[in-house]
Amino acid sequence: MTEEHPQHGESPEAVFETAKLGLWTFLATEILLFGGLFTSYIVYRLRYPDLFHAQYQYLNRTLGLVNTVILITSSLTMALAIAAIRRGRQWVSRLCLVLTIMFALGFLGVKYVEWTEDFSRGLYPGTNMFFSLYFMMTGLHGLHVVAGICVLSAVLVMSCRGRFSEQYATPVEISGLYWHFVDLVWIYLFPLLYLVG
Amino acid sequence: MMQETAFEQPASRGYLAEKGFRSWALTLDHKRIGVMYLCTTLLFFLVGGMLGLLIRLKLMYPGEQLLSNHAYNVIFTLHGAMMIFLFIIPGIPAGLGNFFIPLLIGARDVAFPRLNILSYWVFVSGILVILGTLVSPMDTGWTFYTPYSATTGAAVTALSFGLFLVGMASILTGLNFVVTIHKLRAPGMSWNRLPLFIWGMYATSIINVLATPVIGITFLLLACERLFGVAFFDPTKGGDPLLFQHFFWFYSHPVVYVMILPAMGVISEIIPVFSRKPIFGYWAIAYSSLAIAFIGFLVWGHHMFVSGMSTVAGVIFSFLTFFVAIPTGVKVFNWIATMYKGSISLDSPMLYALTFIFLFIIGGLTGPFLGALGTDVRLHDTYFLVAHFHYTMMGGTVMGLFAGLHYWFPKMTGRMLNEKLAKIAWFFIFIGFNVTFFTMFILGMEGMPRRWAQYPPRLQPLHIVSTVGSWILAVGVAVMFANFIRNIFKGDPAPANPWRGLTLEWRTPSPPDTENFEEIPVIKDWPYGYGKKTGAKND
Repeated sequence: MTEEHPQHGESPEAVFETAKLGLWTFLATEILLFGGLFTSYIVYRLRYPDLFHAQYQYLNRTLGLVNTVILITSSLTMALAIAAIRRGRQWVSRLCLVLTIMFALGFLGVKYVEWTEDFSRGLYPGTNMFFSLYFMMTGLHGLHVVAGICVLSAVLVMSCRGRFSEQYATPVEISGLYWHFVDLVWIYLFPLLYLVG
Repeated sequence: MMQETAFEQPASRGYLAEKGFRSWALTLDHKRIGVMYLCTTLLFFLVGGMLGLLIRLKLMYPGEQLLSNHAYNVIFTLHGAMMIFLFIIPGIPAGLGNFFIPLLIGARDVAFPRLNILSYWVFVSGILVILGTLVSPMDTGWTFYTPYSATTGAAVTALSFGLFLVGMASILTGLNFVVTIHKLRAPGMSWNRLPLFIWGMYATSIINVLATPVIGITFLLLACERLFGVAFFDPTKGGDPLLFQHFFWFYSHPVVYVMILPAMGVISEIIPVFSRKPIFGYWAIAYSSLAIAFIGFLVWGHHMFVSGMSTVAGVIFSFLTFFVAIPTGVKVFNWIATMYKGSISLDSPMLYALTFIFLFIIGGLTGPFLGALGTDVRLHDTYFLVAHFHYTMMGGTVMGLFAGLHYWFPKMTGRMLNEKLAKIAWFFIFIGFNVTFFTMFILGMEGMPRRWAQYPPRLQPLHIVSTVGSWILAVGVAVMFANFIRNIFKGDPAPANPWRGLTLEWRTPSPPDTENFEEIPVIKDWPYGYGKKTGAKND
């Protein structure tokens, strides 16, 4: 009877499917959370096109581009971590997780340099509408990167304790899905903020 | 069904057997979490209710008697905010939903039990933060409109954070339910055999998942405006306070369906049981829940007709608003058709269910008055509105909750309520509610604005009637809670299936064991086959 009925701790595929649906639902809530900011962006971009055009030039496009490359690469290493554990290659998977976390930390480091530069030029969240949007959007995204680092570190610890195998790697796959989402948000933020001119 | 009563003596305390704080605080059992949610939310119902009584008491006098104007502002804000965020939104979904979703679909627990207990404690920590803001209490009204909320000295920043946490708890619970309903149904429990309470909860959870993040980001922006001066809602920096209202209502309108849909689900379960007839129009009721959830996302602007929003937008929102009436009407007609020629027994759950229908029709039909542009300009922000939403929210949702509590009390506690006391309580609540709130329709038509601490003396007689009504209502609620509390400990042992229901929870003992079902049931039929052969499928 119970085999037909997936419950906790039973059939790995069922557990994976359940977890995956849970994470997709969570991503839907994330899209709506960011949706508030994107909506505000559209509203004020249409209302103040000149302001946006004048202000975006203060942003450091080179650093923005570097961060974009860093984050896309981290998505690649994340995908490799999943592919590796599916083939049972523990050490490759762990290495890729470490790389992903390093890239994420690097992203935050670059962001720190950028924000410091902005502050030193007197650009604060309250300066004008463009910088309100810029700081809120990159700030909220940054918090998601921090959360990602925490999650991936936990997954790395689990991996080092030998919790995953070809049959069971749900936490790796699920956190990977989340990490791709964080990457994807940045893919939208970068052109909207750095390349609007 | 008489045989069933014979073997049921309270031999087992079921899921309630284990005692002690840790066994509750760290439990993963959806039933215990549901009970904790119910106790927490009902506590805030009582606190909020007392604040409501205080509002009514103050309004007996037209001048600044009893309470200062500021104290009055604080009290009506707390009444609204507590009732909405700490009672009515989480009440049925997180309370009854947690307890009964797994039972009704034949599962042992929700999909993510750890997330479930996490969501409860996130909810509680949100409450603690909100209570912490009482050192500098809110005076903004429960809607927190900018620019006032961005500039007032009240603790809006901390409150935003508290509400963010409460919202996060709603999201986690909603997410858990969506996945549970998709993935953990018992074998044979196809979508067309799903109890209608589950359909209602499914629609509710979708709204929770999709709307709550928007209020989350809104509160975040509000807090950041106060902390860092971000410009989103600040007109001096080119921001727009109307954007706040759009965001706020994009959440807060759909969320009125978070409040009402679970109550409608409860009613859809109770009506067929106490009419001994199959539910009429199963698919119509199921789909109308989804339709209400969907249309609910498109009508938020009807809260803003007089806010300065463009007239075109007003006309469109007004037009769309009327569509909500269609699925709502579909439900009401189907419930009435279910009762038609049924053999109706007026036990307390059914009494509350009928009260729900009666009051909700009044609440529902006064909606179009406010949804229509022209009449809304006249009635907006008057007591007509206050009466309307108390008829839908208290007359609707709260009556649905009361119906559910009376219906499932034997299952949750393993004991029966005192039926006579339940009926006395119902009588006072029914009379008191109508005297209190119907009077407000008239007050509103007479031009009494909501939220005013003082008013012209010519309106005093009506206010006195309403206040006296609130006391009758309070007596009813007090009797009801006395009945609950006494019979949790001293009630007669409940049989497994006191109402002869066919849904799965009645196949478990009262109270159910921690595992819910000894063996996961296999479903062969829908749960509404009442009145064919009595109890035929009721093994």
